Amino acid sequence: MAASRFSISREDWSLHRQGQMDQERHLEKVREAIKKNLGDIISDESIITSDGKRMVKVPIRSLNEYRFRYNWDKQQRAGQGSGNSQEGQVIAKDGSAQQKGPGKGKGAGEDAGEDYYEAMMSVDELGALIFEDLGLPHLDPKKQPDLTAKKYQWEDVRKTGLQANIDKKRTIMEAMKRNLLHGKAPLDGFSRQDLRYKTWEEKYEPQTSAVVLAMMDTSGSMGEFEKYIARGFFFWMVRFLRTKYDNVIIHFLAHSTEAREVTEEEFFTKGESGGTRCSSVYDLALRLINEKYPTSLYNLYPFHFSDGDNLSSDNPKSVELVGKLLELCTMFGYGEIDATSGGPAYYRSSTLHALFQREISHPRFASCIIKDKSEVFKALRTFFGPDALPNMQGVS
Amino acid sequence: MKITHPGHSERQPMSDHDLEQLQNAIDIIVQKAQAFGLDFYEMRYEVCPADIIYTFGAYAMPTRFSHWSFGKSFHQMKTQYDYGMSKIYELVINSDPCYAFLLDSNSLLQNKLIAAHVLAHCDFFKHNYRFRHTNRQMVSAMGTFANRVLQYEHDLGRAKVERFLDAVLAIHEHVDPYPDSVRTAKHVVDKPAAREETPYDDLWSLDGIGKPEPAKAPEQPAKPPASRDLLMFLMDRCPDLQDWQKDILSSLRQEMLYFRPQMETKIMNEGWASIWHARIMRDMDLAPDESLEFARMHAGVLAPSRFQLNPYHLGFHIYEDIEKRYGREKIFEVREVENDVSFIRNYLTRELVEKLDLFLFAKQGDEWRITATGWQKVRDGIVQQITNCGFPYIYAEDNDYQRRGELYLRHSFEGVELDGSYVKKTLPHVHHIWQRPVHLETFEDNHRVLYSFDGQNVERKLLQ
Repeated sequence: MAASRFSISREDWSLHRQGQMDQERHLEKVREAIKKNLGDIISDESIITSDGKRMVKVPIRSLNEYRFRYNWDKQQRAGQGSGNSQEGQVIAKDGSAQQKGPGKGKGAGEDAGEDYYEAMMSVDELGALIFEDLGLPHLDPKKQPDLTAKKYQWEDVRKTGLQANIDKKRTIMEAMKRNLLHGKAPLDGFSRQDLRYKTWEEKYEPQTSAVVLAMMDTSGSMGEFEKYIARGFFFWMVRFLRTKYDNVIIHFLAHSTEAREVTEEEFFTKGESGGTRCSSVYDLALRLINEKYPTSLYNLYPFHFSDGDNLSSDNPKSVELVGKLLELCTMFGYGEIDATSGGPAYYRSSTLHALFQREISHPRFASCIIKDKSEVFKALRTFFGPDALPNMQGVS
Repeated sequence: MKITHPGHSERQPMSDHDLEQLQNAIDIIVQKAQAFGLDFYEMRYEVCPADIIYTFGAYAMPTRFSHWSFGKSFHQMKTQYDYGMSKIYELVINSDPCYAFLLDSNSLLQNKLIAAHVLAHCDFFKHNYRFRHTNRQMVSAMGTFANRVLQYEHDLGRAKVERFLDAVLAIHEHVDPYPDSVRTAKHVVDKPAAREETPYDDLWSLDGIGKPEPAKAPEQPAKPPASRDLLMFLMDRCPDLQDWQKDILSSLRQEMLYFRPQMETKIMNEGWASIWHARIMRDMDLAPDESLEFARMHAGVLAPSRFQLNPYHLGFHIYEDIEKRYGREKIFEVREVENDVSFIRNYLTRELVEKLDLFLFAKQGDEWRITATGWQKVRDGIVQQITNCGFPYIYAEDNDYQRRGELYLRHSFEGVELDGSYVKKTLPHVHHIWQRPVHLETFEDNHRVLYSFDGQNVERKLLQ
């Protein structure tokens, strides 16, 4: 037999990026798919109840590689034991038998056997997609001319300056240039003319400052679903505000028949019981604004979420106070959670939303009704989207 | 070669000194392999980093075209590697000369074992009958196709080309690997032609004598024979394909035909390589610590798995058993003339099934239960599972269904149902190629069922 030849080599593969490039394309498609389904994704319980730090799993069906394939659940497959396996023996409970790679899972209530790709994302990444074109509407930058912040920016390089601010890199470059010009080794001593100093300039930037009042109905009529939706909205609102704005002040106000200011943690975790008097929280908001936040200095954004089931005797006062708030605030947002969709129409006609629709027509007033989980996204866009407050054109 | 749960130890790349030692070792390994009677192409060993091995693993070839699905599996495989959940040790290409990619971070001993392992793979590529017609220059053929895809993307826009690739990849397993054989699928209906054709033929069915097949427009021009080569059928029969689309269909078909023999001989090929890496390594002068490392790695490769047959393990034991019963020459003959299906059918004995404790299992309620341990049932169950590489048989039967240019596919039902949710999602891909309504007939709960997609909605209806 002729001697077979062989060779062994090691090459530089560092420029071979095909895998990474196609991986990037896949991730791009994942992001596209997520964007299309943000409504469903962002109100997912695992995300809203997460602490906002960990990674969340986002199911994406469109990126499965579909094939004509057998129904795994109806097929016998071969396996191997370690001796003495008997017919009828249970070798696994559901799910564990499939050798799944990470990033795969089976959703509860899905069609039998349908598994789908799950992308891992941090809440921040997801937030970036959601918040892409959201903003506080009509944020007025001129509100606080006196509160401009001083900013120092390193902008210039000069030949004189403070010794502490010496720019080493540029100084060495100058020395090298000079030495080479004279035919010497590049680093052959420094001279005074090589020295370069960084200098700064003081800049004044107008600061916007916004105060957001998160007001939530925590009365007994707010069921699991209603609380879940309201918290879902505020969860993303708070993240959105903190991601996009440096200095926004958020107050959390909870109310049943009485209103009080609560901590962020209480706001997101505690429920109460009892009846509903919305005027109590509007009143608290007005007091807070009058005490602390003169409208000449602050953009004010109160948002109120409720199931709309207000004590009817409280309705006139509520309308009156909302009117007062509208005079002071850049925007007043009201969201009503309607878990009775499909129920009798006369019932909905008595809610706060219906009342506001009748009694308030003000360009700064925005409202929406949320009927199911996926509409949390719609609410975010109603209040913060590019088309929020469409009637504000020409109103300042 | 892949090991699940190898226990992670991230190592430095091999040093130049190691590489030199590996070179010397391979010299000896090659001689020993030849002495054992293995016969292989010229070998090109390439030592490369994990990123590269995993890229090639995901694409199954170093020069394959770009597609996001490869990026997705690259990402998944690489993640498993990074977390120490599984590790690919090598990748070997069926080509002449034969390329074998070794992992840079393997230890010297590991790479010796792998060098021996891939020699046996190469012997298998060179001698097994299923590989006789594979294109040994496929590396460059795939490379030029990859460049054409880039050019199409450049000319027509990435989205358009990608969408078409998505569609073809959804059905690209459906090629006919035995195109030379004359096959006319038995369900092609030409019976009605035997009868006299008159407009009153349907009256015969009233008296129940000699029922004709349900009228299938017998007067229409001869239909193409039913074909399980969906890609070929589409290429030939699809009305409005552009040249670039035909090129993609034809090239993906060639790629699948090239990969197909490897898919059909997984158990045989891995078993063969495992037998010989073990014998060659045992014949080497290994230091005690190397012997231990060898034993550990060999055991890892051959570790059986509860829910999945390990082809290395199964193949290894079947060859050993054949050799014990019929002698050394016989295993060389077997590696030449069998594929996995015939290998299992002919050589998985009762003793082996019992010794290896093989069984069949299935889902009952939300539990997975052992459903059979009898050796014939197990053997036949394995055969069924690997028949057609585990893909259902789908035949293209009609390119002018209902005389409206619609495509009619039929699943040749052999006891296992299709995954309906996947059928619903795959038909739109077929429609994207065909551009007219597409249908798939199959069996569910003992009923003939027809799935149809008209470009808007998927419909499912029971057939008579």
